[in-house]
Amino acid sequence: MDLLYDTLFNGLAIGSVLVLAALGLAVVFGLMGVINMAHGELMMLGAYTTFVVQNLFKNGPLQGIFPLYILVAIPLAFLVSGLAGLLLEKTVIRRLYGRPLETLLATWGVSLILQQFVRSVSSAFVIGLLVAVALGLVAPRLLPRPWGQRRWAPVLGVATWVIAGLVGIALASGLGGVRVLDQPWFSARNIDVTAPVWLRGSVDLGAVNMPTARLFIIALTALALVAVHWFLQKSVWGIRIRAVTQNRSMSDCLGIPTETVDALTFLVGSGLAGVAGVAVTLLGSVGPNLGGNYIVDCFMVVVLGGVGKLLGTVVAALGIGVLSYVIGSGSLLLVWPAMPAGLNELITFFATTSMAKVLVFALVVVFLQFRPAGLFPQKGRMVEA
Amino acid sequence: MRKAAFRYVAGATAVAASLSLVACGGGEQASGDFDGEVKVGILHSRSGTMAISENTVAEAELMAIDEINAKGGVLVDGKKLKIVPVEEDGASDWPTFAEKAKKLIDQDQVAVVFGGWTSASRKAMLPVFEAKDHFLFYPIQYEGQECSKNIFYSGAAPNQQAEPAVDWLLQNKGKDFFLVGSDYVYPRTANTIMKEQLKANGGKVVGEDYLPLGNTEVAPIIAKIKQALPKGGVIVNTLNGDSNVAFFKQMKAAGITPANGYSIMSFSIAEEEIAAIGPEYLEGTYAAWNYFQSLDTPASKEFTKNFKAKYGDSRVTSDPAEAAYMMVYLWAAAAEKANSVDDNKVREALIGVSFDAPEGKVTVQPNHHVEKLVLIGEVQKDGMFKILENKGFVKPVAWNQYVPETKGFTCDWTQNRPDAGKFKM
Repeated sequence: MDLLYDTLFNGLAIGSVLVLAALGLAVVFGLMGVINMAHGELMMLGAYTTFVVQNLFKNGPLQGIFPLYILVAIPLAFLVSGLAGLLLEKTVIRRLYGRPLETLLATWGVSLILQQFVRSVSSAFVIGLLVAVALGLVAPRLLPRPWGQRRWAPVLGVATWVIAGLVGIALASGLGGVRVLDQPWFSARNIDVTAPVWLRGSVDLGAVNMPTARLFIIALTALALVAVHWFLQKSVWGIRIRAVTQNRSMSDCLGIPTETVDALTFLVGSGLAGVAGVAVTLLGSVGPNLGGNYIVDCFMVVVLGGVGKLLGTVVAALGIGVLSYVIGSGSLLLVWPAMPAGLNELITFFATTSMAKVLVFALVVVFLQFRPAGLFPQKGRMVEA
Repeated sequence: MRKAAFRYVAGATAVAASLSLVACGGGEQASGDFDGEVKVGILHSRSGTMAISENTVAEAELMAIDEINAKGGVLVDGKKLKIVPVEEDGASDWPTFAEKAKKLIDQDQVAVVFGGWTSASRKAMLPVFEAKDHFLFYPIQYEGQECSKNIFYSGAAPNQQAEPAVDWLLQNKGKDFFLVGSDYVYPRTANTIMKEQLKANGGKVVGEDYLPLGNTEVAPIIAKIKQALPKGGVIVNTLNGDSNVAFFKQMKAAGITPANGYSIMSFSIAEEEIAAIGPEYLEGTYAAWNYFQSLDTPASKEFTKNFKAKYGDSRVTSDPAEAAYMMVYLWAAAAEKANSVDDNKVREALIGVSFDAPEGKVTVQPNHHVEKLVLIGEVQKDGMFKILENKGFVKPVAWNQYVPETKGFTCDWTQNRPDAGKFKM
């Protein structure tokens, strides 16, 4: 019985991380059909937000409530990742709707840019970037009006941006001479996010020992699920999002601002990635490559669950969680100690984390051969769209 | 109008160009009074997963080169040669290491290459150096079972790190061992050796697990450790990179800590990694190395002082940085002894060369390894090690004597025989 609880809890613990990480992707991929390879990097932004919040709370007037910094980090991470996602939608993804291959490549490129951004961002870099953007936006307005109507107006537009970029780069490298401004904010090294003391221990519930960090993540996941469910089912914008998912042109005819709906969906999905980023700082390392550790698992969960179904995402994540725990820890041997020698050896062979991962992947692939649309396939007319 | 537009664009371009010139100018160093130059290759991952660790090693090598140049360079054939480093990025990608090694040898014609960190990168470069009969200096502790004519190993062989550490654990901490490692060549080979050693000395392996590089989900491992060692015991950790952070954070949460009777010994965690993981998770765990920043000798203090002065006060020195620093000096000393920078002559002269390294006086042995100081330390609150045991200098053994396949074999490059790399003693 203890073993059952143990398995359920550990499976739930592994699964809840997967649910939280994949939830944002389920919204973006499921409702909008956008394959966002930068999802992991949006998680990373959330994790870095946690780091910044933690440092703000370490010194100064907020020192007294340091243990609560994580609660402040959650909404802030939602905001930072959400806004980054919004910017991404407005600048890149909006131009690529309905072209999944291009979206995949473009968002992968964005993920590399974001990784390098956190590695090299410094005050000088940010000043250069802001000046370049401001110059690029303002300069065209300073030109004599009639120029805008000329044949070569587009050339001038490009030239303005090129010059603005050059000035930005020059400024950044010029300021780079000043040591204070040149200091990278995070650098390429992994950063240290320390969980508050109340999230570092564990509690005994009956015979099972549960780390509080895991309980916190499970609670956070439940909360995020309830919030997303309420948002999509009950709120006005949620209903509009679902309407657009079902039939875009009809929604447009009925006066739903589809572009705003797209932007909002992406913002919510990205924001959820940020929240997941806060959660994973409790478990592992935080560095520029953090996203890469999760992105494959996220897609696996969403695809296995059935694209567009939140329930599918949850069931798939928990299923994978329990399965990888049972295989990886070899606990089948404990349940049935007298099993035949051949089977025994097989289970021992797969009872390491690396082999468990291989086996789980293989099982998912086999499953998708029989049910290509996942556990909970979409039904009805939207399938044709 | 058209002209005005041109003037606007041209003017702004000129401003931008002059700004960037101002930014890039300056810093041209006056060339000292050298009689010539000798190019050396520096080949580490400056990008990708391994960059965090390998940057420090490359920095230590560059520091050694600067110091040697400041003292007048390498004196060969009556000429003072300035060492000019040619840097390449291995990008944490093993085939890239092989490709860049080829480029350094063929195109840049370097006298020697300092490079590599993971065993996978070394194994990728090995065929290149053997085919071109060139020379690689490799600075990291590794799994042994290799002794190439074309590689010089300045890091520890297993008998200078893993074996004494396991002996120490057996004597002081217990007989039941749980082995955890990353899933690649170093941890697998190191654990194979450890299992043989434990079998020979009355220890017992109660469990073993491997995590894919970069994996952060360790719940199944923790469950297995609790199953196998419910009342505490010894855990030997050969995880590399990011997985360590996840491992220690979750172990602490699950109560597998030194306070609860678990002795945790890590082979890939030095001062640099402690800072990244967070000392509060590692306090009380053990590590075995050949150098700690806390080593209290004048040479060690001098090394740390210079490193901080050059790269910033918040930086720390560590065993890999020290090994990288020492191997540049050993190469320079060998070149002066050979009176040539030709890699074949340097190779002959290298054996027997000594250097007063931060860890103490080290001497190159006939098997292309170095006699090294063996230290066992415990992580303190401030992220430094307290040295618990100093086992003195230990001679390197390349072919492991616990593993049946290599028992009785040795390596001696002073002997003139075709199988000098591996022959029966």
